[in-house]
Amino acid sequence: MTAYFIQAFIYLCAAVIAVPIAKRLGLGSVLGYLMAGVVIGPIIGLVGAETNTLQHFAEFGVVMMLFLVGLELEPKMLWNMRNKLIGLGGLQVGLSTLVVMGIALSFNYGWSIALTVGMIFSLSSTAIVLQTFNEKSLTKTEGGKNAFSVLLFQDIAVIPMLAFIPLLALPELVEKAQSVTQSAAEHHDELSLVAGLPGWAYGIVVLMAIASVVVGGHYLSRPLFRYVASSGLREIFTATALMLVIGIAALMSLVGLSPALGTFLAGVVLANSEFRHELESNIEPFKGLLLGLFFITVGAGINFDVLLSHIGPVMAMTSGVILIKASVLLVLAFIFKIRGSDRWLFALSLAQAGEFGFVLLSYTVQNHVITNELAQLLSLVVAISMFLTPGLFILFDKVILPRYEKNENTREPDDIDEKGTVIIAGVGRFGQIVNRLLVTNGVKTIVLDHEVQQVENLRKINTKSYYGDATQPDLLHTAGIEQAKMLVIAIDDPERAVGLVEYIKHTYPHIIIMARAFDRRHLYRLRNAGADFMVSETFHSALNLGKHALIRLGVHPFKAEQQRATFYETETTHKDTLYEAWKQFTEDDKYLVHYRDMFIQLEETLSAAMKDERYRSFSKVERSWTPPPKENHTEFSKAESD
Amino acid sequence: MAQVAKKILVLYAHPSQERSEINTPLFKTTQLQPNVTAVDLYGEYPTFRINIDREQQRLRDHDIVVFMFPLYWYSTPAILKEWQDLVLEYNFAYGAKGKTLCGKTFLCALSAGGSESAYCEEGYNHFSLRELLRPLEQMANLTGMNFLAPFALFCARTASEENRVDTHVQKWIRTLRALSEDRFDIEFAQSLEKLNGHLDQLIREH
Repeated sequence: MTAYFIQAFIYLCAAVIAVPIAKRLGLGSVLGYLMAGVVIGPIIGLVGAETNTLQHFAEFGVVMMLFLVGLELEPKMLWNMRNKLIGLGGLQVGLSTLVVMGIALSFNYGWSIALTVGMIFSLSSTAIVLQTFNEKSLTKTEGGKNAFSVLLFQDIAVIPMLAFIPLLALPELVEKAQSVTQSAAEHHDELSLVAGLPGWAYGIVVLMAIASVVVGGHYLSRPLFRYVASSGLREIFTATALMLVIGIAALMSLVGLSPALGTFLAGVVLANSEFRHELESNIEPFKGLLLGLFFITVGAGINFDVLLSHIGPVMAMTSGVILIKASVLLVLAFIFKIRGSDRWLFALSLAQAGEFGFVLLSYTVQNHVITNELAQLLSLVVAISMFLTPGLFILFDKVILPRYEKNENTREPDDIDEKGTVIIAGVGRFGQIVNRLLVTNGVKTIVLDHEVQQVENLRKINTKSYYGDATQPDLLHTAGIEQAKMLVIAIDDPERAVGLVEYIKHTYPHIIIMARAFDRRHLYRLRNAGADFMVSETFHSALNLGKHALIRLGVHPFKAEQQRATFYETETTHKDTLYEAWKQFTEDDKYLVHYRDMFIQLEETLSAAMKDERYRSFSKVERSWTPPPKENHTEFSKAESD
Repeated sequence: MAQVAKKILVLYAHPSQERSEINTPLFKTTQLQPNVTAVDLYGEYPTFRINIDREQQRLRDHDIVVFMFPLYWYSTPAILKEWQDLVLEYNFAYGAKGKTLCGKTFLCALSAGGSESAYCEEGYNHFSLRELLRPLEQMANLTGMNFLAPFALFCARTASEENRVDTHVQKWIRTLRALSEDRFDIEFAQSLEKLNGHLDQLIREH
């Protein structure tokens, strides 16, 4: 136990020191983790033997990341991407594999080895690229979107590759292995549902597994989440989310599929779910830490002995791989009409080899396709190319982007009509109406509520709403508060509403806050906390009822409306003085009297304003059209029809 | 030569500005001019609750008053009428003590859908634009303001397609500058049918 603590401490410590430094230097967190790994692994030698085991564990971060990626992608979007996914992704994997294979063949490797090496290097690092895109907010750019569809295709392509590699086994390696470790290998075989099944049965099992993820995700997840959510225990919801992801990963491993693909699929199935943002905010921290761990293990796993003894070939191969992949990508970018700086982003971001390279490598060794020595060299190439990726992003940021920015700045800004997203916290009686008005005016809203029933009802009438506690920073983050333009606060809890205003104004001062208040004091408190617009929930409806009361009592409707408006305007002109008075008395009780005086004064002004309207033909405060006095009628006959 | 610039108040009325092709660009450029206060009446009073005191103060603070609007049914959009009804009170704008507006200058900057030939006795609108603006002319007379011929754009619906908007805006800016710098022949302007087409005679260059 002590050893675990010490190791965990070393890893965390390295991350805590290295990542903020890397971030501050503008290198991105990925490079920070990698450096941390190199320092604690090969350089200081604090860790070593366990990195391999840890890496398997840390690869789960990639699985979680793909789950989160899936959550962001509705099936419809995925379908819309199909051309790019298959065209761009397929061509990238195919061409890169062929070019690398050709070069390997020219170095007199056998065709099966050459093909394997080609496949290994054709894959890029989903983990590094997506993480960096997120950090640099490049996800929504043209280059970022295209890179994503390629990565997605690669993640899918891993599966046929894994199926294909055993067929390439070299007879002499197989023989050697069999004679040495025949019995041992049998025992170390992983737990599997499909071992020894004939091909057709295997196919059926795989299909059933995928079907169960899709169908289960679609039909069973909702009742399950609803049941858990109604318990109101946040940590149980987290447990459920983890259970789901781990369960799917386990199922996929059992049938020999990629866990990453399985969870990605589950993510897509749940992308439309009202629990999406809550799921995201629960899984996100685990993903972040595991991915970090993964990058550290990549750094720590660099074998300096092998590297130093083969520094020439390794470096040559690494730069070769990056060059080949970048040129293939550039050509594709040209064919698929990706323009400007996006073309370079697309080409540079995907030029490295990826974590699936490690997976394929260990798999090829297990299946006796390539020798252990070659595999060690190749895994160095994979690791170093990943290591260099942040450098390529820096190259993009510092050299390529500035060159294009000059040209692109002269273009008109694209999103001039974009109204921006509005997050609505709480969709009870109040928030619902706000939401309907905004949505019917083409404003994009994201609705959050912690009442499962409420969310469900809204979903029935096609309102995009999500389950979750809107006062939780995590949930607001996954709902996209950073990109939002406005937050409407219509939650039931007055205290938390004030807290939410304070939090948002402190963390995201640019966001406009529109807040519903319960009464006058709550309104002052919201204003004090920094809300941009507040309204008492009952004020306008009460005024409206009052107006109709006047009408029923015989007041002319137009007159009644004028009186209502006068009432409202008098309130408005007094709100600042009342607010100042309130602020003083909350600081010091003796001002309470002062506040009461102010309030009484408001009432007096109010009734004066109302009387003005009614009895004085020539008032000073508020007035409608007033006829000129009768005595001068003939001389100044403005009111001919009077 | 140094003299105080005249202050211009532009009261702009357009109830659907997102569809406006002439008046909104015109207003937006107007807003940027020196010595001009440009008020979007529909923007400031979306419920027609006009603040009479504020509007009267604005009138006191300016020397030239402009109504800027698209012609609706041979008249102004509704809020300008409401503005007249409420702001031009007895003993403020007219009446024994109502001398506030005396000596100021008043003009309309408007757009009309029909062609200029439609606005004459033979045309389908039967009256000239200036004739149709008689109620406003009389408003100016009663309140003691000098009524200038309108600054008008005809065939407004197709002006954007025919690239007439920019020149119209430029001419308007030139008029505003000349008015503010007192280089405008007020007397001549009172006698015309419309200002457009006479700017070279109306404006004295420096």
